Amino acid sequence: MSGNKSNDMRTPMAKVRGLGSSHEGTQHFWRQRLTALANIPLTLFFVGFLIALNGAGYAEVRAALANPFVALVMILFLISGLYHMRLGMQVIIEDYVISEGLKLATIALSTFFTIAVGVASIFALLKLAFGG
Amino acid sequence: MSKSPATRELARRERPLSPHLTIYRPPITMTMSIIHRITGGALYFGTLLVAVWLMAAATSQGAFDWVNWAFGTWLGRLILFGYTWALMHHMLGGVRHFIWDTGAGLEKHTASKIAWATLAGSVVLTLVIWVAGYMARGA
Ligand code: HEM
Ligand code: HEM
Repeated sequence: MSGNKSNDMRTPMAKVRGLGSSHEGTQHFWRQRLTALANIPLTLFFVGFLIALNGAGYAEVRAALANPFVALVMILFLISGLYHMRLGMQVIIEDYVISEGLKLATIALSTFFTIAVGVASIFALLKLAFGG
Repeated sequence: MSKSPATRELARRERPLSPHLTIYRPPITMTMSIIHRITGGALYFGTLLVAVWLMAAATSQGAFDWVNWAFGTWLGRLILFGYTWALMHHMLGGVRHFIWDTGAGLEKHTASKIAWATLAGSVVLTLVIWVAGYMARGA
């Protein structure tokens, strides 16, 4: 970018890729923002849904969750929220876990946790939507 | 490690430290930044509550009643109240990040004002949600 050619240690390939020392450029940052943006309306829906459902019994809650629109938005909320929180937790882990091996292991564990919560929740929603 | 005795003597002498944690009053922006991380982490583990609630609803009347009972105890309510506040605070903190991402709101005093606004806003939203929740319940 500057005319500082003689001091630039980057290879021509690295410059063309433009991904920097993280090797992923701004992808992590960008996905954190994208999911954060989606989270705002989805969170507001979720909160409103819970307010409306406060005090409801078993049958009422099941019927509400089985509504196709509710189920769809809930699944979107889960996917966006969980993806977002996995990205966020990765940054927290990278900040505090120093040992490279432990860092990889913790991030992997966080990914498993995220997927487990997501699969369990979405399976429950599908079960409710497609027949009790 | 080949320090001369004179250098070692200097190093041993009491040196003033830069503003240190024990005497440093954190500015509101720093406190809110830390809280954004803490609420993000709390929300991370709090997703378990959402998963448990959905699974109970999909499983049986007994499981559902049990979770409803647990969430309804004073401890359960306290946790859910805290979760509501964490979610609202983190959401407003995220909006703050979006404002910064455009390059706006970074001036020191503006940043402090926005930081106070997120705190106030999160408390107000949390109370509104809980009042509305109890009104929906009709109690
Ligand atoms: C409701 C709307 C939400 C918005 C607008 C939002 C926004 C953001 C933003 C912009 C960041 C990046 C902060 C930075 O770059 O320093 C972030 C981080 C994070 N978010 Fe969210 N978020 C939302 C919901 C959630 C939810 C529901 C969870 C968890 C279930 C979550 C978990 C996290 C975590 C763990 C981090 C990392 C915190 C850090 O690095 O300090 N967020 N959020
Ligand atoms: C109890 C002490 C502290 C804790 C727990 C703490 C925690 C944090 C956290 C969680 C972040 C990331 C926030 C985010 O990504 O949104 C952060 C960032 C930062 N902190 Fe602190 N902090 C502490 C003390 C300090 C002190 C004493 C200073 C300087 C006087 C400081 C300067 C900074 C700066 C400049 C950043 C931004 C770094 C960046 O954006 O990469 N912190 N801190």
